[in-house]
Amino acid sequence: MALGRREFLRNTGACVAGASAVALGFVPPVKALAQETRQYKLLRAKETRNNCTYCSVGCGLLMYSLGDGAKNAKPSIFHIEGDPDHPVSRGSLCPKGAGLVDFIHSETRLQYPSYRAPGSREWKRISWEEATDRIARLLKDDRDKNFIQRNEKGELVNRWLSTGMLASSAASNETGLLDFKFARALGILGLDCQARLCHAPTVSALGASFGRGAMTNNWVDIKNANVVLIMGGNPAEAHPVGFKWVMEAKTRNAAQVMVVDPRFNRSAAVADFYAPIRAGSDAAFMLGVINYLLTHDKIQHEYVKAYTNAALIVREDFDFHEGLFSGYDAATRSYATTSWDYERDEQGFAKQDPTFQHPRCVLNLLRNYTSRYTPELVSQITGTPEKDFLHVCETLASTSVPDRTSTFLFALGWTHHTNGSQIIRAASMVQMLLGNVGMPGGGLNALRGHSNIQGYTDLGLLSTRLPGYMNLPKDSQQTLDAYLQAVTPKADEPKEVNYWHNAPKFFVSLMKTLWGDHATASNNWGYDWLPKWDRSYDMLAYFERMQQGKVNGYIAQGFNPLAAMPDKNRMRDGLAKLRFLVIIDPLDTETSNFWQNEGVYNDVRPEDIQTEVFRLPSSCFAEENGSVVNSARWLQWHYAGTQPPGEAWNDGRILGTIFTKLRALYAKEGGVCPEPVLNMQWNYRDPEDPTPEEVAKEANGYALADIQDATGKVVVKKGELLPDFSVLKDDGTTASYCWVFAGSWTEAGNQMARRDNTDTGLGNTPGWAWAWPANRRLLYNRASLDPQGRPWDPHRKIIEWNGQRWGGADVPDYPLTSPPGSGVGPFIMQSEGMGRLFAGASLVDGPFPEHYEPTESPVLAPALGSKVRHNPVARQFADEIPRMGNPSEFPYVATTYSITELFRHWTKHSHLNAIMQPEQFVEIGERLAGKLGVSAGDTVRVSSRRGYIEAKAVVTKRLKRLNVMGQEVDQVGVPCHWGFKGATRKGFLANTLTPAMGDANSQTPEFKAFLVNVEKV
Amino acid sequence: MSMQSQDIIRRSATNGLTPSPQARRHEQEVAKLIDVSLCTGCKGCQVACSEWNDLRDEVGHNVGVYDNPADLTAETWTVIRFDEVEDEGGKLEWLLRKEGCMHCEDPGCLKACPSPGAILQFANGIVDFQSEQCIGCGYCIAGCPFDIPRINSKDNKAYKCTLCADRVAVGQEPACVKTCPTGAISFGSKAEMKDLAQTRVEDLKSRGHEGAGLYDPPGVGGTHVMYVLTHADNPTLYHRLPAEPHISPVVRGWKEWLKPAGALGFIATLAGAFAHYMAVGPNSTDETAPEVPEKELVEAGEKPDQNRRDA
Repeated sequence: MALGRREFLRNTGACVAGASAVALGFVPPVKALAQETRQYKLLRAKETRNNCTYCSVGCGLLMYSLGDGAKNAKPSIFHIEGDPDHPVSRGSLCPKGAGLVDFIHSETRLQYPSYRAPGSREWKRISWEEATDRIARLLKDDRDKNFIQRNEKGELVNRWLSTGMLASSAASNETGLLDFKFARALGILGLDCQARLCHAPTVSALGASFGRGAMTNNWVDIKNANVVLIMGGNPAEAHPVGFKWVMEAKTRNAAQVMVVDPRFNRSAAVADFYAPIRAGSDAAFMLGVINYLLTHDKIQHEYVKAYTNAALIVREDFDFHEGLFSGYDAATRSYATTSWDYERDEQGFAKQDPTFQHPRCVLNLLRNYTSRYTPELVSQITGTPEKDFLHVCETLASTSVPDRTSTFLFALGWTHHTNGSQIIRAASMVQMLLGNVGMPGGGLNALRGHSNIQGYTDLGLLSTRLPGYMNLPKDSQQTLDAYLQAVTPKADEPKEVNYWHNAPKFFVSLMKTLWGDHATASNNWGYDWLPKWDRSYDMLAYFERMQQGKVNGYIAQGFNPLAAMPDKNRMRDGLAKLRFLVIIDPLDTETSNFWQNEGVYNDVRPEDIQTEVFRLPSSCFAEENGSVVNSARWLQWHYAGTQPPGEAWNDGRILGTIFTKLRALYAKEGGVCPEPVLNMQWNYRDPEDPTPEEVAKEANGYALADIQDATGKVVVKKGELLPDFSVLKDDGTTASYCWVFAGSWTEAGNQMARRDNTDTGLGNTPGWAWAWPANRRLLYNRASLDPQGRPWDPHRKIIEWNGQRWGGADVPDYPLTSPPGSGVGPFIMQSEGMGRLFAGASLVDGPFPEHYEPTESPVLAPALGSKVRHNPVARQFADEIPRMGNPSEFPYVATTYSITELFRHWTKHSHLNAIMQPEQFVEIGERLAGKLGVSAGDTVRVSSRRGYIEAKAVVTKRLKRLNVMGQEVDQVGVPCHWGFKGATRKGFLANTLTPAMGDANSQTPEFKAFLVNVEKV
Repeated sequence: MSMQSQDIIRRSATNGLTPSPQARRHEQEVAKLIDVSLCTGCKGCQVACSEWNDLRDEVGHNVGVYDNPADLTAETWTVIRFDEVEDEGGKLEWLLRKEGCMHCEDPGCLKACPSPGAILQFANGIVDFQSEQCIGCGYCIAGCPFDIPRINSKDNKAYKCTLCADRVAVGQEPACVKTCPTGAISFGSKAEMKDLAQTRVEDLKSRGHEGAGLYDPPGVGGTHVMYVLTHADNPTLYHRLPAEPHISPVVRGWKEWLKPAGALGFIATLAGAFAHYMAVGPNSTDETAPEVPEKELVEAGEKPDQNRRDA
């Protein structure tokens, strides 16, 4: 068609007019828009329930995977959000949990086994067959060569020290049980889990104070508090969803929230009050609070009298002088603890003076002991302004009345010190004096770290532990009788429950689980097959042995010790002395690549490192069934939403396959001390791949014969799952791996998978999952009522006496038929039945806490008229002493910590989380930055005697210069998250800086207070 | 009664003479209430937002602050702002504010947008971008009093928070609301959120925060994302949150005055032309005007049909 000029112009004009009309809005709505909103993406996706794998809040997850569950659809998880039914998380997830989908699909997830040959610069892909054959061979050869059957004294010890194992506190209980059986069957003592680097001092301290080492209350219960003291922890960042209940206390219960911390952190951002403190001085602060309460008579008298050992009388030869308790031996750096005991009557019971007149009753000793900690002196030691210190004292003192409570929330800020256990002891004493233990809204709430670190502690995955808080026998306990006598305490007072008198039942039931039919009365239930210890082979001790060339093999399962252990450069040198290293992990960790040259981040020569390394890909939480224990002791069952990626295997299959091959080798070739290897009960349907369900039932335990009650009635039939731990026997008729887990999977089914979230009162949800012990949610809850059974606060009635039995919103933590007024104490695990203000010999560094300076400290002159500056029995190795710095070279106090966007060195593998904190930083106060000429965003070098890191500087008003013992002290904050693997920008492992010195009781390293220098780069 | 309605009440570049369907009136407006006094700046909302919306921004840098990513981008629709503020007495506050689209009742972005249907406002108050219709002109950015939308360099389209319209449409709360660990973010009807805000403001006042108040700025007709601020008397403390936000006078002038005037002028012109046609009749055509050679048309860029077919 030919277009005339006029038509052309006319048409053009029409177009312009039309376009203008559109532009001016003269159009009807466009008829067919593509769509108004994005389509909802979950409509028929398969939904699987699980629990977050990061921290111990244990948030509920809904995982959505592709396909509707049909067999022909290959599931792949594409979205995860919170489970709104979960009583703690109620649908929430923190930035770590909200980004889980990127952890599951991380680019650095391992897909197939690989191998690094001695001196090699690269990984080589190998088959599972090749890997497990080779590992079994290496293990057997080393064990046969180095197994120690008898010590120098000729005692039977059956231990293997030249190979060790780290077990993962993010794995399930079922994996943990297999870890234990695997390691102990072989005689391994160098066995540890993350608890060693985390809350071990809590377990020591709370166990000594109250009888159990666990968080006393639970997450939701925090909402019942009137005062929340956050000190030695930073739950807004480390336990963000648990922190929900702090905010609930604030918004619904008008609670006052106080934060005492070296940094004004994200918990402080929403607190009512913040006070700064010098890292490493918390014991002095808490002892000052005790002094304040006693001086101002702000204690709950009735509670203290009835439920603590305040009235008990201490031996005359107990003494404290110039920083040392009686019985110190400088040569061995240890105490003889005989004098740390009560004065006893003819029957062996502790004497007491309920009138508090006796000068050596615990309360008077304590009053005298803490009188040194005046507010002035506390302020000088801690750097906390005196008025701030007094504000905290006054606010806490307001809860000494029966109807007000304070709760203490703490974590690693209290454990990572050479006197970590004693800081927590001091705090537990404050709470006892205030009458806040056993009370809803009170307690000592240890906020545990990893998702299953509580479980791994329960399961006994620590060098000298057995499951259920029993100790592994030591060399001197050569017979079963000697052992049982040592672990079975006698009551300090008549009438007391003293529940540990049942220890033989727990122990024999464990032995029946370990050795099955091989455990008989005639062979003392296989007692000789358990390895015996001469000393602790905890991580610090074991890496020391590695340095000395005494370790050949090491297995690290879900553990990244190169990043987690202090003094990283020295730890790496230790790893380089290994002959073989086996890594079982979902991720490509720094430890598995310790031999790689990563420039300044890991400056090594691969060709000099002769360690052969196996990297075995394991599943993660989303790809397995199983249970994990949250901080509140809830065992929660979770379900796999998909298969492990590539060729990855579940941990149980990896352990099962290696162990089965080892047994085959021992059966075929013989070897040194084959009995424990061959007799370890491993009767799973598929020994190479035990299922979580059969292992979980094994943890609960079975009746091996009909079990009768006192009247002769059969209460459990042979072969049935045990209903609880009250039916355990010491005659070999019951088997239970972990007595505190008895009741978790009964004939009534899997109690851990229960999902009834009904609130029975005060936020208690006993129908959700299952809690040890015996599904009690609030430990020591009998102490919430007076001796006559009346609640201290009528609004906080959590249990009650119905005339015949105890019952109520929670399971009573008390004999069900001991009536009010019976005089039976509420702390049933203690031999006194009471909370311990004086801890006797239950800790190695004193019955009372004392402030000691951190190993590296700017304070050179001991305060308090003491002759000793540091904890005199802290763990220290001769080789580490030269690696300690002094304040003239390293003038600033540094502390390491976690921030909310990242979990340890793990979440950095998730892209979503890497976006949130992409690059390593340190925090420096404005005044220090001014002095150094550092501006925000500059790169600085932070160095200690042990090495250096470089990081971006966050310059902040939130770190204040403090006045400590007359000198100005600046503190430097070192978040501990980056490394040379993962999705973030490469960074230094922050533990390059930290000292390898440990807590006296639990050998947990001092990550929280050390000295550094800072320079602008 | 529902709150998850996606019934459109306003569309960009569309006037009120041709409205959307109006029959469903029994609907409520939704609102998100962000209580800064409960916010710990954990960034759970940031991650949940990106996770739900399938966004993966670049792994950036630390520039000396906690804010990461350092600013909103086309692939980061919400960020926490961290500001350290010290009063004369030396009392330190770390002010944390979740920044993102405010879902204004009178949305400046929608007002400024020249592309029909690229920005919609739903009956429940959600303001949503329709990326397919977006022409990447950036006028929405100029129109926004809160500086929220961002243009994506990869596709030249603007993006911002949708208030999880896809979740709200099926009766769920937005991803950030659900995930918020401390309950600093709430979601419900606007009326209920205002009630909740009132309770929170009273609590804050009882704790000594005299300046506490609700941020629901009238300059934009109120918002469907509101804040409880401890310093409502000085919102700019919170990373320059505007004290009195309003749509730029340029946008208002253009859209509310110039555009109708233009339309009137256009109508007047058409009407005049029509009147002239009626009164005077059509122009006479010179029948002898020469035909334009095809070659000229080609040069003018107007190819004959035949050539188009051949091409």
